[in-house]
Amino acid sequence: MNAITRRGFLGLSAGLSAAAVAGCGSGPTGAATTPKAGGRLRAAFAGGGAKEVLDPHLANLFVEAARSKALFDKLADLGPDVAAQPRLAERWEPNADLTRWRITLRQAVFHDGRPVRAADVLSSYARILDPARGFRAKSSLSVIDLANSRAVDDRTVEFALTRPFVEFPNVLAAFGAYIVPEGAEDFSRPVGSGPFAFVSFEPGKSVLLKRNPDYWEGAAHLDELQFVIANEESARVNALLGGQVDYAHDLTPTTARAHASGDRMTVVRSPNSAVQAFAMKLDRAPFDNRDLREAMFLLADRPQLVESTLAGAGQVGNDLYGKGYQYYADDIPQRVRDLDKAKHLIRKAGAEGMTIRLNTSTAAAGMVEAATIFADQAKGSGLTIEVVTGNKDTYWADILKDGVMSSFRSGAMPIETHIAQRLLSTSGTNVTKWARPGFDALYEKAVSTADATARAAVYGDMQRMLHAEGGYLMWGFADWIVGTATTVGGVSTAPANTLDWARFDKVWLG
Amino acid sequence: MSLSRYALRRLLFGAVQVLAVVTAVFLMVHALPGDAAVALAGDDPDPDRVEVIRRALGLDRPVLERFGEWLWGLARLDFGASVVSGRPVADTLVAALGPTVVLAVLTLVLLVPLAVAAGVAGALREGGPLDRALTSVTVGLHSIPEFALAIVLVAVFGVGLGWLPPTAVGVDVLAEPAVLVLPLVVLLARPLCSISRLVRAGMLDALASDYVRHARRLGVPPGRVRFAHALPNALAPAVQQVARTTDWLLGGVIVVEAVFVIPGLGTVLVDAVAARDLPVVQGLAVVFAVTTIAVNLLADLVAFRLAPRAAA
Repeated sequence: MNAITRRGFLGLSAGLSAAAVAGCGSGPTGAATTPKAGGRLRAAFAGGGAKEVLDPHLANLFVEAARSKALFDKLADLGPDVAAQPRLAERWEPNADLTRWRITLRQAVFHDGRPVRAADVLSSYARILDPARGFRAKSSLSVIDLANSRAVDDRTVEFALTRPFVEFPNVLAAFGAYIVPEGAEDFSRPVGSGPFAFVSFEPGKSVLLKRNPDYWEGAAHLDELQFVIANEESARVNALLGGQVDYAHDLTPTTARAHASGDRMTVVRSPNSAVQAFAMKLDRAPFDNRDLREAMFLLADRPQLVESTLAGAGQVGNDLYGKGYQYYADDIPQRVRDLDKAKHLIRKAGAEGMTIRLNTSTAAAGMVEAATIFADQAKGSGLTIEVVTGNKDTYWADILKDGVMSSFRSGAMPIETHIAQRLLSTSGTNVTKWARPGFDALYEKAVSTADATARAAVYGDMQRMLHAEGGYLMWGFADWIVGTATTVGGVSTAPANTLDWARFDKVWLG
Repeated sequence: MSLSRYALRRLLFGAVQVLAVVTAVFLMVHALPGDAAVALAGDDPDPDRVEVIRRALGLDRPVLERFGEWLWGLARLDFGASVVSGRPVADTLVAALGPTVVLAVLTLVLLVPLAVAAGVAGALREGGPLDRALTSVTVGLHSIPEFALAIVLVAVFGVGLGWLPPTAVGVDVLAEPAVLVLPLVVLLARPLCSISRLVRAGMLDALASDYVRHARRLGVPPGRVRFAHALPNALAPAVQQVARTTDWLLGGVIVVEAVFVIPGLGTVLVDAVAARDLPVVQGLAVVFAVTTIAVNLLADLVAFRLAPRAAA
């Protein structure tokens, strides 16, 4: 299916759905406000067919992340401010130099009745850190010196780290760092400690779970939770409108706009969920020139990008990651479009008449549209932006190596994690090739500073450097949009990828 | 040549064709940019991690070795395992074959009688109001792209009026047959036209032919002339079109599957190509090649029976 057909298709579908409900009443009615026990909630997500797995350490797709969360627990997870908060870990205490962390586990049991023990934690982490396997959480967990970590008793783990690291709770909350029973390798009938227990799985079609009555945080409201797969957004919307599902994940801003005032679904928006950006590579021409990068920052008409690409479902960005998250530098003035200054900088950089290729793809919704609009905004500036659409399946690997400028988006993670994965000279996914010894040193200083105020100041300094000279033109933060039946209550608006996103133990059917 | 010798020769040739298709598909998927490790790493393509995944999936082994192993397995009817999930490809194919076959069989069961009836009715009243009405309706349906028809039907009957389930998400299609109504209408729309037009044309030719005129002069009753003498000859060309339609239906109707959320072969194909999951793509290629060859062989044999001269 090529991009144009697909877009036309979705656009047409949304328009027709809107037409079909035109004339319906105003605000959502009957939205459940008091929790009620019982019932089966059917949640529609996009899936991956034969490649879908229930192994939480392999989770990659949104549906896999949501299922992992229902079945398993992490030691910590990300709160609404994208800071780590305790989960299976009841508390954590570092030693004075931040190299040893003592974790006290909650009293929790797996679905088969066995208690969650320190040995399960150590073996789960050993599995993720296995050098022969490419689990996603491995790079985050690599700060752990497993050989020198130990189980103090059944409910106490002492982790040794390879260096001082005050943000260790972020590691415990890393994407996919779930605790599985010791020795678990076969996940065809997964056993976890999460709020729901496994019933059945048909890959590419459905997963059925049931309430875990013994969940440590209190049993879920729902009796049963069924994840169903519908890859097309229009199909998820139609299934929701037709009463076939109660929760439709990942809707487009167009759909949200069409149904925001209707009474056929409740539109739930999670602000600050996905940063939208263009990444410029600093290690090669032309963006090794700071003036030219600043010219790009000044060319972007951010409100227009948010209004057109995100259909208004988002906020403008200030070229910094993590708006609304812990440590975000709110005090840096917002950049606005300044064509005259941009023209001047382009001339100064000797880039007049230059054509710059902007790589993009349909790997994430709205990227091609944003690139096209940005190319239009650059008209009259003295240089030309040429949009090049690449292969969506290999896009992220391609832009890591090739090109000079590319569309970029990212889900929520702590600002520290974003820096560690993308902005250090040793980072594995450094798309902008930002490699500054001074910046690396600031990062080391931040993560080894125990005092919170002093640490926040260092994060502020790093963000000022990035704002002034970095390679990410972060123009917006998209809302994450889900639709629910009007009878569904308790759906959180926390950013996607945080604890409360797609968290069904707090949801009820009215 | 006898019918059985003809069939045997075609079967042997078919086996060679399957091998050729599988090899071509292997080479083409291999020529796509990226591999399963890159696709799996997704938005976290740390080169070290991609390399570890590549080794873990066995993708660092020589291509020809992997293909040879897979072919050797195929000879023993072993389709191998998904590179990504490790589940047997046969399980995935069987699970997806179910909805695809149900949809294809139901479509054909409705399509053939409807198309033949429409074609014959049109031919018998050539130029009359019925003929013109049938022509307008079938040509009209044929001219609507299937995805557009699907979306309109879902919006009107599924979501707007709420008469029929808009999708088949999460349900077993046989347990709730109502979910099949809208997809069947969409699948019938286009072949209904092509097949009924062929039947109509064949019938007109047959009715104007010497043998039919001769039968009439001999005083054979009109019903017998039309249905026992003219119709079988009129059907021969339509059989080939039915075969093509069957082949299309069994090859995974990707758009219809996507709109109505029917997890059939087309959906598996799209997912497997996106994941660069070669064993799954190759397994599908075998299924598609075998069904194409079998359906066409069957069509030739049927056409041969209906009108022996046609297949000579």
